[in-house]
Amino acid sequence: MTIVVTLAITLQRNLFAVVVMSGIYSFLMATALVVLDAVDVAMTEAAVGAGVSTVLLLGAIHLTQGNETRPLRKPLLPLVVALGVGAALIYGTLGLPAFSDPQAPIHVHVAPHYIEQAMAETGVPNVVTAVLASYRGYDTLGETIVVFTAGIGVIALLRRRRRRE
Amino acid sequence: MRSHLILRVVAKLLIPFMLLFALYVQFHGDFGPGGGFQAGVIFAAAIILYGLIYGLPAARLMVPDLVVESMIAGGVLLYAGVGLAGIALGGNFLDYSVLAADPVQGQHRGILLVEFGVLITVAGVMLKIFYVFAGRGKGIDET
Repeated sequence: MTIVVTLAITLQRNLFAVVVMSGIYSFLMATALVVLDAVDVAMTEAAVGAGVSTVLLLGAIHLTQGNETRPLRKPLLPLVVALGVGAALIYGTLGLPAFSDPQAPIHVHVAPHYIEQAMAETGVPNVVTAVLASYRGYDTLGETIVVFTAGIGVIALLRRRRRRE
Repeated sequence: MRSHLILRVVAKLLIPFMLLFALYVQFHGDFGPGGGFQAGVIFAAAIILYGLIYGLPAARLMVPDLVVESMIAGGVLLYAGVGLAGIALGGNFLDYSVLAADPVQGQHRGILLVEFGVLITVAGVMLKIFYVFAGRGKGIDET
């Protein structure tokens, strides 16, 4: 299903259709994440990927034009690079431990401590929230600053042009 | 989009529930899936929907630029402020255990405040990006 949508996105030249299909792709990804029990990430994917970014891309199309221009040359080198990197990544996943293997390194390091102690130490039943905000609070602060920086960057880029008009 | 009666009525019905759901995701994030980031995005999506249906000026009137820009900075400041409060009360940076008499209570309070900071910044950034994108050129509301 995702493969069909991805192929359709690459072949389609009408950008409005591409945006709508990338919204569909985001919802498919959200469904896959729900199946993997990552409801938090699925929520974010559905809200950001399918909701907000679709609106922003539509706004961008409105500012430019609705059709992709044909490339001047056949992009063969990028195709080779993309296929090579894709093959290397797939080869890399073969070295990963089996999905939900309890002996995988990630499950024997600090994860048992979080799962067993999070309720007693933080009083928060949702382990994801406990790890995100308390045990890994420093990382989340960094993430928030990344979002902050992105917002400041967009303001700096787009606002100046508006004033010039 | 001045004449789309059905869209306007449905949006008006939906938006209060979207805002309420954002608050639910935020404050129920301790018990179920969700948290500051998700809640912030849902909150921003509700306002963006309002802007799409009723036009950008209406959305700007409801949530002015000054408020949005203060939200972008305010969330990060709240998050870092909670961390610094930990230092001031004798703990480490981002150590919530000292925020209340009982360490577990302090953790709970710290997590809530920090998630609220994330919500404010994320909602502010999403709204601001929408405002500057839609505010350029002819604007989405005049299609």
